[in-house]
Order: sequence, then C-alpha cells, then structure tokens
Amino acid sequence: MLKKHNKSSLCATFLMLLCFVSQVVEAQTSSDDAGSVHGYFQIDAQYYRPDTIIGAPPVPEKMLSNAFGNINYNKGKFSAGLRYEAYNNVMQGFDTRYKGQGITNRFARYQDKLVDITIGNIYEQFGSGLMFRTYYEPGLLYDNSLDGISVISNPAKGLTIKGLVGKQRNFFALGPGIVRGFDGELNINEALDSITSKIKTKVILGGSFVSKYQADANPDFKLPENVGCYGGRVNIIRGGFNFFGEYALKENDPSLANNSTVGGNTYYSYKNGEAIFVSASYATNGLSFLLQAKRIDNMSFRSDRDAALQSLLINFLPATTKQHTYLMPAYSPYATQPNGEVGGMAEIQYRFQKGSPLGGKYGMDITLNASQASLLKQINVNDSTTTSQLYRTEYGQIGNALYHDFFIEVQKKFSKKVKGTFMYSNQFNNVNIVQHNTPNGPYKNVLAHIEVVDLTFKYKSNSAIRIELQGMQRDNKDTLNLGSWAVGLIEWTPNTHIFVAAVDQYNYGNPVAALRLHYFYLSAGYNKGPHRISLSYGKQRAGIFCVGGVCRTVPASNGVALSITSSF
Amino acid sequence: MKKILFSFILFSIFSFTTFSGDGDKIPAVILKKLDGSRVNSSTFTNNGKPMIISFWATWCKPCKKELDAIQESYSEWTKETGVKLIAVSIDDARSAGKVVTDVKSKGWDFEIYIDENSDFKRAMNVNNVPHTFLVDGKGKIVWSHNSYTEGDEEELYNNVKKLAKGEALSH
Repeated sequence: MLKKHNKSSLCATFLMLLCFVSQVVEAQTSSDDAGSVHGYFQIDAQYYRPDTIIGAPPVPEKMLSNAFGNINYNKGKFSAGLRYEAYNNVMQGFDTRYKGQGITNRFARYQDKLVDITIGNIYEQFGSGLMFRTYYEPGLLYDNSLDGISVISNPAKGLTIKGLVGKQRNFFALGPGIVRGFDGELNINEALDSITSKIKTKVILGGSFVSKYQADANPDFKLPENVGCYGGRVNIIRGGFNFFGEYALKENDPSLANNSTVGGNTYYSYKNGEAIFVSASYATNGLSFLLQAKRIDNMSFRSDRDAALQSLLINFLPATTKQHTYLMPAYSPYATQPNGEVGGMAEIQYRFQKGSPLGGKYGMDITLNASQASLLKQINVNDSTTTSQLYRTEYGQIGNALYHDFFIEVQKKFSKKVKGTFMYSNQFNNVNIVQHNTPNGPYKNVLAHIEVVDLTFKYKSNSAIRIELQGMQRDNKDTLNLGSWAVGLIEWTPNTHIFVAAVDQYNYGNPVAALRLHYFYLSAGYNKGPHRISLSYGKQRAGIFCVGGVCRTVPASNGVALSITSSF
Repeated sequence: MKKILFSFILFSIFSFTTFSGDGDKIPAVILKKLDGSRVNSSTFTNNGKPMIISFWATWCKPCKKELDAIQESYSEWTKETGVKLIAVSIDDARSAGKVVTDVKSKGWDFEIYIDENSDFKRAMNVNNVPHTFLVDGKGKIVWSHNSYTEGDEEELYNNVKKLAKGEALSH
C-alpha cells in the first residue's frame, strides 16, 4: 500500500518539477510560445439487471464502471503526460485483474532533429509489429506499454534507428521479464537522393532484434532465460503498386502458450518460431487490388512465459481477415492463432463511374473479398526425451480449416436523399479452436449465410433516418449453437448533435423454442464539439468484440449503460 | 494526500499555460505517406489558409462517409477558401494495406498519412474515430468534433469559411 502511494506522489512531484523547470526556461525567452495542455476523459458505467433467460451472469455490485483520463503537456521540444484509470469494479467482459485505480501511464519526452528520447511508458512498433509492438486499445483494455527508456535517432538522411529497454505493464504492476529491442530502417531513396531522385521505384529496408530475459525458476526443466527474435522487412513502392514483406525468427521459447500436457506430464516445446507477413496491392483511380498472406508458427512472444490470454504480449500478429462492423457479419470473428496458422485475404474494389449504366447518376462502389485461415499441420517428432521440439512443420503442409469469409458489398447513392449499402457474406468458423480453444471440444463448425441492407434517408440537410436489416442463416440442429438470427435497426439523427437508435436482434432460429428471444436495445446521445454523452437501455446478447484481431468476449447483459467522453 | 497533490499539479499547470482551446500548434509526430516516406506532423502547413485534419480508419464506416461527403464538395471548398484536408489513418498492420486501395478506389483528393502505432492519435487526444480538427491560418488548432452524422460537413464548412475570413470560432 505504502509503496503505491509513494510511487504516485513521486510521479506527481516529478511532473510538477518538470513543469516548473520548463516555465523558468520559458520566462527567459519569448512568451509567445507558451506550453499547452490537452486531455481526454472517458467514463463508462453500466447498471446490470439480473436476467437468467438470456444467460446474463449475476452482478453482485449491480453497477460497474470503467473510467480513464489522459492529460498531456506540450511545450516546444518537450512533452509529458499521464493517464489515470479507475475500475470500480471493471465492467463485464474485461479481465477482472483490472481492479482498483491509479496512475497507469506517465512519460516525459524530448525530441529534436537528431534524437527523440522518452522515459516512462512507451508505445512503439517495429515494422508491422511481428516482433515488437506496444500499443493501447481502450475498447479492449489492452495496454502492453513498455515502462523504460526509448531512444530514436535519425543520424543520417533516410536512416532511423530505435533502441528501447524496459518491463511491460501488467494491469497495475509490471511483468517480470526485461524486454530490449533495436530497430533500423533505411529509406534508400531518401538516403541516396542525389542518385535516386529520378528513379520512380522506392525501396525501404528494415531489420529488428528483440530479446527478453526472464530468470528460470523451474526445478524440472532448463528453460532459456534469454530469448531472441530477429527479422527483416522490405517495402517497395512504384506508382500504384505497393509490396510489403516481413519475416521474423524466434529462438526456442518454452512457455504456457506452447506447452502440451500428455498423460499428466507437461512437455515444454523447445521449437523455434517463425512468422511471415506479406501484403501486395495495386491501386489506381476507381480500381484497386489487395492481396495479403501470412504464415505464423509458434510466435507467442511474451515477457512472462507463464502469462495467458492477452497479458504481456511483446509482439502483434495481425489477423488477415476483414474486420466487420455490422452486427451479423461480426458475430463470429476470427482471432489470430499464435501457435500456428496460415491464411490470406484477396480484395478487389471497383467504382462504376457516374453516367455508366450501373453507376447511374452518382456512381456505384463494389467490393469483393475472400479471406481464409487454416492451422499448420503438426508432424509428430518423437523427441520428448531428447530435444523436446515435439513436432515440426513444413511450408505447404496445412492442417484443419479454421475460417473463411467470402463477401460482396455494394454501395450506391440513388438520389440526393437516398443511399444504401448491401452486403452478402458467406462465413465458416471452426469455433472449437477459434473461440473456445478446445481442439476436441463439442462445438460443431459453423457455416453462415449473412445479408445486410443499410439505407439512409436524408430528409433535410442535417437530418436523416437510417434503417438496417440483417439476417444470418445457420444450421439449428446443433443445440450448442444458437441458430439463425434477424436484426432490425433504426437510427434517427434530427440534427448533427442528437441521435436516437433502436435495435432488435431476434434469435428466431434457436433450436430451443423457449430461447427464441428478442434482444431489444434503445440508445440516445448528444454531442457538441469534442464532448459526447450517450445512454442505452435494454438487452445485449453475448458477443465478441474485436479490434485488430484481438478480441474480448462480452457476456449477455440487461440494464442501463452510460458513456461520457470529452477532450480538451 | 494523493488527491491534493494531483489537484495542485493541475492548478500549477493551468496557471502557467494556455488551454488548447486558445489554440496550440500541431504536435510533432512522425507519420508515413503512401509512398513510404516519413513526414513530421509539425511541418503541416497551408500557406496561411485553414486546414482540416481528419482521423479515420478503413474499418470505420462513419469516417468513410464523412470523407466521401467532403470529397463531393472538396473542389468548391478549395476554390472558395483555399482549405486543405489532411486525412490521417489510424489503421495498424492488419488493415494498413487497405489504406491506399480505399483512397484510390474512392478517388479522394486529400493528403493521406498513416499513423501506424497511433502516436499522432494519442498526441492529439483522439479516442474514437472519426475525429476532425480545424487548424487556422496561423497553424493553431481551434476546433474539433467527434463522430459523424449526415450534415456535419456543412457545419464544418461554415467554420472553415469563418476561419478563411479571419474570424474566431465559437466552440
């Protein structure tokens, strides 16, 4: 208790001192460039009513809330800030280790033309994040910031070098492992601009080395204390063509994520990890193609080998599937499988121009997308008593299918007042593995046909009514899967400050007749400038909410929710 | 004790500094252009004319609706006031590949940047997208708005016209 109090007072005194020092310096120079303060606050609170029919878990506190606020100070080359978070108690669907409140982020930073130094909590990404990415996503309560030091330098034109070291945030404390990383990126065209100024092809190269140290306290196995990860990337751009490729190799990293228990014995895997991510696109006015592919093998990389779920991840493995925002297409999303997966996505976007037969008066946009993911085939290697790699994988050897999503989306403006979006999506999901992590579990694979019609009627210059109709047809003979759904939504915005919305999600296809429920939800809100308040009431079905391939499950709930956000 | 200390810092910061409402400069963050080169956001300028900075993402429907709506009138806006729109995408590695394909297939004429790890988003205190800022001719941020509903672009343009004439904005 006392330690925490001292730490916060120290932070506060530290920040105060910095402000006073910078003010003293400022007083001696022109007062034209005074420092400035920015901030952001968000409060979410929900009152939960018991509802056993929809499966809403009981909430003894009745009301739960998440709140946080950031304050940043900027003055010339110096900036500093802090964030305070409060969970009393944390809302449903979030990790309950977020308990209590305190200052969870504080930093001070100096940047000039040559160096950019940060002390405190650091957010940084190397390449696409395959080896190192610390970031903050408040919607998921995901924050793996590195508490330490980072130095970024541009010693020569086109060259950026980064170095960092620290420990990662773990709820209101720090993880046990020390993480250090180095990254270099060279923009060849900028570096050799006297020679390359006439060359249209742009090439950017990068390389990283990330390593973690965690002491070995295991009495039975000799676990590696230092685990390194190396890799490189290349980005080639020429006109409308863009290619990006990144490769990473991780040394043996036995952990909770990749060990296996057979017959009561735990076998740690000493297998290496590998990841490849490739993205190629061609885009020109009105037409574009995108192809993404990735192969991940044993790439769970954490600063605590015993951490689970979303704790203490050092890297970021992107899901190469479409991130849907409509309720039905987003019902069964895909989440990256760090132990092994291979998959890809192909997308074509085309605009039928104004005046063309299909384009009509305003044009029409069409998108076709296909994405797929499968497990890697694990070829058994009988070496549990020798090298303990347990299995090996090979390029081209693919295991069970995990997910697919083939969809077509059309957007068309019919008149000055009416526009619409229409979508059909065909999805397959191996929910045993993707959602429940139970490879031999009882859930059947899900195949769904999903349709969306979204129409907006702009009846006055700032007033509109939007109607959404969605359907999802699925097999209902499987009692563990809820069957088919239909959704109706209506949203009214009488002016640019107010919105009112009502949505009904109807589980008409539930195999159990008594569970064919309507989840009716009403919400309204007011916004002015950077301030927003909204109130909602009703039933929410259990669901999965994802951002960037990282998901959290939200249990069913019935009640009132309030949300206030404000920035200054 | 913690509370007193906290409020004391706030008081001392406020008494010595200006509120961002009075107008501050754009913070300095490295952003990536579509051709791969890096640019410092503190160099954003429009020769004394107003600028719009709009945060969006390829997965954000209202963001794309807002940019589509502005694109329809963009050439008139630029001719009348000289305004420039800077669209900053907060897409991460999962969807960053879609930024160029979305921009090109929609035919947007704006200046596009990618904020790969949300550094600019955090520095500008943006939590949800779309979030749009107005910068006056002197490079100071004078107005911001979160969310998009039909007709928001007209209110935005009324404010742009005021800035172009040198008038102050009410929040």
